[in-house]
Amino acid sequence: MPSQVWAWAAPLMAVALTMLLGGFLFAALGKNPVSVIRTIFWDPLFSEFAWFYRPQILIKGAPLVLIAIGLSFGFRAGVWNIGAEGQYIVGAICGAAVALALYPMDARWLIFPLMVVAGALGGWVWAMIPGVLRVRFGTNEILVSLMLVYVAEQLLSGMALGAMRNPDGMGFPGSRNLAQYPSAANLDLIAGTGMHWGVVFALIAVIFAYVTLSRHLFGFQVRLAGQAPRAARFAGVNPARMILLCMGISGALAGVAGLFEVAGPSGQISIDFNVGYGFTAIIVAFLGRLHPLGILAAGALMALTYIGGGIAQSQLGLPAAAISLLQGMLLFTLLAVDVLTNYRVRFGRREVA
Amino acid sequence: MDLTSINPILFFASLMVAATPILLAAIGELVVERAGVLNLGVEGMMITGAVIGFIVAVSTGSPWLGFLGAAVGGALISQVFGLLTQYLLSNQVATGLALTLFGLGLSALMGQGYIGIKAPSFPDLHLPILSDIPYLGPIAFQHDPMVYVGLLIVLAVWLFLNRSRAGLILRAVGENHDAAHALGYNVRRTRMLAIAFGGACAGLGGAYLSLLRVPQWTEGMTAGAGWIALAIVVFASWRPGRLVLGAYLFGGVTVLQLNLQAAGIAIPVEYLSMSPYLATIAVLVIMSAGRSPGSLGKQFHAAR
Amino acid sequence: MKRRTLLATTAALLALGTGAFAQSDDVTKVGFVYVGPVGDGGWTYEHDQARQAVEAEFGDAVETVFVESVPEGPDAERVMTQMALDGADLIFTTSFGYMDPTVNVAAKFPDVKFEHATGFKRADNLSTYSARFYEGRAVQGHIAGQLTESNIVGYIGSYPIPEVIRGINSAYLHAKEVNPDIEFKIVWAYTWFDPAKEAEAASVLIEQGADVILQHTDSTAPQAAAQAAGNVYTFGQASDMAEYGPMPRVSSIIDDWAPYYIARTQAVMDGTWESTDTWDGIGPGMVGIGEISDAVPAEVKASAEALRDSIAEGSYHPFTGPINKQDGSVWLAEGETADDGTLLGMNFYVEGLEGDIPE
Repeated sequence: MPSQVWAWAAPLMAVALTMLLGGFLFAALGKNPVSVIRTIFWDPLFSEFAWFYRPQILIKGAPLVLIAIGLSFGFRAGVWNIGAEGQYIVGAICGAAVALALYPMDARWLIFPLMVVAGALGGWVWAMIPGVLRVRFGTNEILVSLMLVYVAEQLLSGMALGAMRNPDGMGFPGSRNLAQYPSAANLDLIAGTGMHWGVVFALIAVIFAYVTLSRHLFGFQVRLAGQAPRAARFAGVNPARMILLCMGISGALAGVAGLFEVAGPSGQISIDFNVGYGFTAIIVAFLGRLHPLGILAAGALMALTYIGGGIAQSQLGLPAAAISLLQGMLLFTLLAVDVLTNYRVRFGRREVA
Repeated sequence: MDLTSINPILFFASLMVAATPILLAAIGELVVERAGVLNLGVEGMMITGAVIGFIVAVSTGSPWLGFLGAAVGGALISQVFGLLTQYLLSNQVATGLALTLFGLGLSALMGQGYIGIKAPSFPDLHLPILSDIPYLGPIAFQHDPMVYVGLLIVLAVWLFLNRSRAGLILRAVGENHDAAHALGYNVRRTRMLAIAFGGACAGLGGAYLSLLRVPQWTEGMTAGAGWIALAIVVFASWRPGRLVLGAYLFGGVTVLQLNLQAAGIAIPVEYLSMSPYLATIAVLVIMSAGRSPGSLGKQFHAAR
Repeated sequence: MKRRTLLATTAALLALGTGAFAQSDDVTKVGFVYVGPVGDGGWTYEHDQARQAVEAEFGDAVETVFVESVPEGPDAERVMTQMALDGADLIFTTSFGYMDPTVNVAAKFPDVKFEHATGFKRADNLSTYSARFYEGRAVQGHIAGQLTESNIVGYIGSYPIPEVIRGINSAYLHAKEVNPDIEFKIVWAYTWFDPAKEAEAASVLIEQGADVILQHTDSTAPQAAAQAAGNVYTFGQASDMAEYGPMPRVSSIIDDWAPYYIARTQAVMDGTWESTDTWDGIGPGMVGIGEISDAVPAEVKASAEALRDSIAEGSYHPFTGPINKQDGSVWLAEGETADDGTLLGMNFYVEGLEGDIPE
């Protein structure tokens, strides 16, 4: 049994350790480590312009949390969907397709909900491919879902240059800007707060996941399937159903995350629409220890490093590479301290037992 | 439209070159996966190898030393992954992704002073008689030495896995680590060595890009080659022989679509570019799950 | 978020609107938003060289800041806003994909000047600027047409967009002018930056008989491929790539943003900045023609330099009629020159080019 105290203390320790290691790194780059750390972790929250940065954390964090929550079900149950990036792209394409097909019709009550459904469906279908192949043929879902990311990226580039290219865009690749099409736009619900529908969905997903995992039979089955697959089978858990459900949930959530991004903050289908949220979300899921509240915190922390990293670049001249190095270290340290949670370390013996 | 302008001999020759970096990275990952470890950090190790190889080659003036440095560098950074996954029992998927992130950042920082410099040149091997054989000569005997080194490594891995006792142990560890442990084999040490080999090969693949193919250091220059290497391993169903086929197929599709374009044939490039990945999925389905290493991606802990 | 902080937010935004934040300190702050890493050796690298030129020019009177590898979309908008909040007086956003984010942020900060590269949306505090790279392509075509012995010129395109198509047309017209038998083989790499793929594209073109390679992608990989092949000529792209001279690199198109960045910074300092639409070429120095190497015969070099100079002084336009479109229909009549609108949206090949532009 993982120790409860360590379950919460370990991530904090990891963050502290990362700050320490990052400090050495920044010092080696000739920057003042204290001011860099403060700029990255403190300024976005409490500086003069925090009123601008705080909503940005929601915008940056929402897709991460939404995708990571979906992934966490599968990861708990031992279903490894690492192709969320592809599901995110396909969700965005499907959602945008609805809006672009109906453009310039004026019917938000119809179009926007339809887009959300299409986005979820797109992500779901894309995740069902590895899911069904696993169930039907026993194909490794890690590898299939990863392959489908590349297929989705090619599809995206084909769409941005072809079918979805903006007819008024002077021939440049990229679709119409959906954020400027009132019936399809996913704007801030209250201006200036960063609180768009994606954030609302992310919060609902967190609550839903929390309740499901702690109170519902399905949540129990998910945990059982991951921790003791044989016991789960005896307890009546149907492994095939479990795989399809987990893949389906993560795919649909990644799909809506893509839809909310393309309809709001990003605005358009373009060649470089995807910026790695699907992969970063895997990190977020682990950083949050696959716990809904943990994921919420981890998503916010990850968003913080992006935003603080941008500030540190422009104010202190820190290279962008240092930020990605810092994020890598954050995950490394977290994974490293995990050993403290899962196993009691006794000093003086050879083996960790 | 003029298909005759595609010269099949030159086509195969350039396909071999195009496939070499992904082949190098993939053969390393193949060994890692045969040992039951899934390291998704190939891209990160490749780019680290690319920058270290470039730095060493520029400072020593010797491309050979550059390749050596790249292999050592790749192996070293892979040990971070090894330490975390094998000793601290962290999740392999997440650790591999973190390694990629880490490698991309580290390489960019290391390479800051090396932008816009040309790598020391590395002449093609012109084997005196062999390369003059008609047809076969240009295809097989007029490349840079690393093309052959790559193929030799593949051959060596095949011999190692199928003809040596150590290879048998490695496969046993990958198929069933508990049984291997019970038989008294050191699962961790075997895997650490496999991971180091994987890192070294990925480093060589990256250095092939920065020292021979491009040859220059630019940030992010591997541009996803490490991920393709992962796909090829799967495509090859973890067999060295098929790995060469897979690498040539992936390299071949790129070269072919460029060839068709240059010959004036209109092709939907995006859709053709998808095809190797779809083919990989098809291969996965056809060969079914039983053939992938039994312990792939699973944690090993002696006490369980 | 509580209602009170919300009100504070609105108030702060209003304050921005009325210019409370536009501090009147002596140092002019200039921000740069880059799409790639400064180490890409191409597009972003050249923008950063120009940033350093601004610093060198004005010394302590300016402070420059930059953020690299900023994805197009919400991240770009955030980075621009953050620069504006930090007191930037002038912000250059250097990728086409930053267009809508720049428009949005510019609307929020009327007292900050914005400059968006390669776009077409402007506002009172938002200028656009771009370079007439097709002028440089004309010079390249002129040289290429005379250097080639196989009469086949290979062209590596990035994406089929007007910017690239313009370059192909310009190079082709001027190659054809000096060599009626010229043939262009065009491959689309579908990437701005993937050195390995660029190398493969160059090898393929060389194998299919091209002995001159023009590239619209930024890495030196095609140069190396040409060098390995031997008797193949290339041209540097974005940077001079002089390390590959005198062979295979015989000349180059250099992105030189420094004069423009210095002039615009000066204008902000003087208070004379106005929203403009700049599309500069060889004349004002935004497009540089790299030294033509000795591998080019002297008379070709001389005529290429004459062509360069006539374009620079404005006496010759690279798209001067008669020019027909690929399908044979008339585009420009005798003596007529292309208007900028058509050039900006150019989505057709000129007569003589083979193949279709991919959809």
